[in-house]
Amino acid sequence: MSRFEQLKDHSQENRTFVFRVVLAFCIVLLLIGVLLGRLYYLQVVQYDRYAAMSDNNRIQLQPVAPTRGLIYDTHGVLLAENRPSYSVTILKEEVGKQLDSTLSELQKIIEISGKDIEQFKKRLKLRRRPYETVPVRFRLTEEEIAKLAVNYHRLPGVQVEADLIRHYPYGESLVHAMGYVGRINIKELQQADPKEYAGTNYIGKLGIEKFYEPMLHGSVGMQKVETNARGRVMRVLERTDPVPGQNLQLYIDLRLQQITEKLLQGEKASIVAIDPATGGILALVSTPGYDPNLFVTGISTANYSALRDSPDLPLFNRAVRGRYPPGSTIKPVNALAAIDSETVLPTHTVWDPGFYTLTRGGRRYHDWKRGGHGKVNMHLALEQSCDVWFYDVGYRMGVDPMSDYLGRFGFGQVTSLDLPEALAGILPSREWKRKTRNLPWYPGDSLNLSIGQGFFLTTPLQLATAATVLANRGKWVQPKLLKGVRDVDEDGFLRLAMPDIPNARPYPEDVKLKHPKYWETIIESMVAVVHGERGTARRIGKDAAYKIAGKSGTAQVIGIKQDERYDADKLDKRFHDHALFLAFAPADKPRIALAVIVENGGGGSSVAAPLARQVMDAYLLGIDPTADKVVASGTDAHE
Amino acid sequence: MNNRDFERSLPEAGHHLRRKKGWWSYTHLDAWMLFFLFLLSAFGLFVLYSASGQDVDYVLRQAVRIGAGFVVLIILAQFTPRLLARWAPWVYAAGVVLLVAVILFGVGAKGAQRWIALPGFRFQPAEVMKLILPLMVACYLAGRSLPPSFKHCFISLLLIGVPTVLIMKQPDLGTSLLIAASGVFVLLFSGIRWHYIMGALAVAGAALPGLWMVMKDYQRQRVLTFLDPESDPLGAGWNIIQSKTAIGSGGIWGKGWLSGTQSQLDFLPESHTDFIIAVIAEELGLIGISILLVMYILIIGRGLWMATRVSDCFGKLVAASIVLTFFVYVFVNIGMVSGLLPVVGVPLPFVSYGGTSVVTLMAGFGILMSVYSHKQMTLR
Repeated sequence: MSRFEQLKDHSQENRTFVFRVVLAFCIVLLLIGVLLGRLYYLQVVQYDRYAAMSDNNRIQLQPVAPTRGLIYDTHGVLLAENRPSYSVTILKEEVGKQLDSTLSELQKIIEISGKDIEQFKKRLKLRRRPYETVPVRFRLTEEEIAKLAVNYHRLPGVQVEADLIRHYPYGESLVHAMGYVGRINIKELQQADPKEYAGTNYIGKLGIEKFYEPMLHGSVGMQKVETNARGRVMRVLERTDPVPGQNLQLYIDLRLQQITEKLLQGEKASIVAIDPATGGILALVSTPGYDPNLFVTGISTANYSALRDSPDLPLFNRAVRGRYPPGSTIKPVNALAAIDSETVLPTHTVWDPGFYTLTRGGRRYHDWKRGGHGKVNMHLALEQSCDVWFYDVGYRMGVDPMSDYLGRFGFGQVTSLDLPEALAGILPSREWKRKTRNLPWYPGDSLNLSIGQGFFLTTPLQLATAATVLANRGKWVQPKLLKGVRDVDEDGFLRLAMPDIPNARPYPEDVKLKHPKYWETIIESMVAVVHGERGTARRIGKDAAYKIAGKSGTAQVIGIKQDERYDADKLDKRFHDHALFLAFAPADKPRIALAVIVENGGGGSSVAAPLARQVMDAYLLGIDPTADKVVASGTDAHE
Repeated sequence: MNNRDFERSLPEAGHHLRRKKGWWSYTHLDAWMLFFLFLLSAFGLFVLYSASGQDVDYVLRQAVRIGAGFVVLIILAQFTPRLLARWAPWVYAAGVVLLVAVILFGVGAKGAQRWIALPGFRFQPAEVMKLILPLMVACYLAGRSLPPSFKHCFISLLLIGVPTVLIMKQPDLGTSLLIAASGVFVLLFSGIRWHYIMGALAVAGAALPGLWMVMKDYQRQRVLTFLDPESDPLGAGWNIIQSKTAIGSGGIWGKGWLSGTQSQLDFLPESHTDFIIAVIAEELGLIGISILLVMYILIIGRGLWMATRVSDCFGKLVAASIVLTFFVYVFVNIGMVSGLLPVVGVPLPFVSYGGTSVVTLMAGFGILMSVYSHKQMTLR
């Protein structure tokens, strides 16, 4: 009985089994259908989306930085170049949390100072874009590169990158004339076109490098690269080459610049020399200078504070930012104002007893010469730099004509084209005094202004510009550094073209005199300053091979009290007078106009004038006064 | 007693089968199944070459393992099912002891202890359990009248539950569920009544929150990531996003062998092991996947057909369970890589790189061939 049941159960069992196996197979087919459906969904329905995601994964658009334009001097000497440099960088996304261990690994391989790490961390915080590598150390040696290459696989996220770094072969000689580039920071990137600067690490920070940044920078290129999951580039798929920056040629004459710089060595001084024909700045020196190469990859704190805290202010560009009372150097312009405004005739004569008073027995305005010059007319007043004659005509014409004429010579404003740091100085006037001091203009102010003292402040560049306008007899040329953009035409010849500069700074109209003959009147007197028998700067005119028109100036640094006399020996050097000289030569056909300022140098005629003469000799005659000096002193002539 | 039943019900069985006996039956191997497995392994090596970053070493090492797997298969095919049934309880008991030992002394990786280290080699007791559990359950049920009573079902579930819980403790949720499945399949094929099945499903549904409670953090994370991979695209969601991208970007025709950018440029993690299906999908497209799935269907179909040809109760339960477990591996792996299921560490059978999986699977197919080819010898 039970066996029968079991037998029945058994065949039942088998049928159940087969049924369930068939059912299982059906479920298997169904589930495989589900899988196929899922894959169909991913691979066919969603294909476009995932294909795009896959491409996004592997294909990256990388910017290719353009090569920065070079800068040449007027004769084609390279003043700013790009040198290849290798740096080791870290990709934060790749290194992740192992940043510190990676850094210490790196330190075992190549030399990385604590300072470097500190700077690196700072840079890491200031990082601009995701997936941007951050440099740890610059200027790797060949050996260090090789060591890193061997250890590459152990250091994911670490890369050696080649970069072109700006180099200034003449270092501090040109820093105040050209400025420099440095690593771009967030603020600059926000101001610049982020697309154009996507691959650029450096940007002009100062001077020419800053002003012509758009031209020097060039245009960014792009490359489509295939990267692996760790961000390493496997191959380049597509590439649009960057357009390199334009090469600039300056008016700067490197030889003249270097001679000038040497002449001023050890002084806090500035010389600006301009070619009156073009307005081109031949030399622009401010001493002491500093090495711009320090700033390119980021200056160390120690170096920077040494520069910043130096009492000689090497970072200070005296040529365009130094504001000095021009003193007597301004007298030719004031004399021109007096005669051309028809206040007085050139023959107007004044008795100079050594002082001037506005009212009988009132405050005495001293002449620089104790005892005075006696009877002087305009010519003598300029030749001997008589203050009393200027007090007299200054009082007679009042402030308005003086302000007007001085303004037409470019004072109180920035007229230069491409010196972004240039300051305007102060050209006092009635309105200026009311606005800034809320005081009326006093006659005494006019007396001060007539001899270039008081509120009046000018930069060396402005004085050189005024000398240029005088040299050109009123014709304005805009002071500028850029001679043109160097370009090679189809025939392979070098061409120089002045580019269009958007929003170029305007400069004053030509100075038109009511009596154009007065140009020669004034210039004759300026020639007399150097070549006249009693000219203040006659020492430099004695053996000159060409005619120089000049005017010396000695600017007081501290106020001298009534009835007190300036005595250099009793004063600290930093309160000594500034020595100034303004000149152009040859007087009839000027080829160079310049201004010299030696801070606390003493007398303009004794200190500044010989410097001007040497610079003009160097430019006009090709004499290198420093070479003789160096040979004579027997020190190394070459730097 | 079953033997007698067989004698009575199928008196002519011996003659009938003996007539068909050819050369292959002496080897106790199934030619079709061997051919399919061989084809699949070859396909696997072909893909592995690309997935391993074109590393011949990987392919050779895997080929050696596959060869070893075939040897294990051939050896196991020679065993009689009776021998297997006799040993099953002992091996099962040893397996449970080893699982306890793993928890006490095992070595592991990533917070899980799965290995027993013996001088010279390490092995995972869980792998042994994969094979032995269906044998044990089948061995137990084959001696009872079927469909199993509630009591027998309960004891079977106990047999399944012990190793499952032990493996879950390692913790290895994926493997424990797969092992549980292999045991449950035996129960299902034994003809367990439908209302038991329904009841069990209801209980399982109710137990899900409990399962969540006993899960480890990383396991919960996997489930959460599965539900929303975009929530952490660079962390836990990375794998699944990259694998879906690889699959989707392959399209119908694929990017070409060795030309998958996701796999060749290392975007796809675990590309030569658990995620190898994504390499196939990316490089060979929907077409390549379909070919692979057809191979799996052939193997499963042939296996289930073989199971129906086995007259012995123990043998057919074991055979069907092995084949269906094999399918579960395929389904879970592809489902996981394509984002249908949460990520669990299940390799793609015969394609993923790794020795343990291949040898265990081959052993399973060896047992399948054993019960199939010895179908009438069990009567003796």
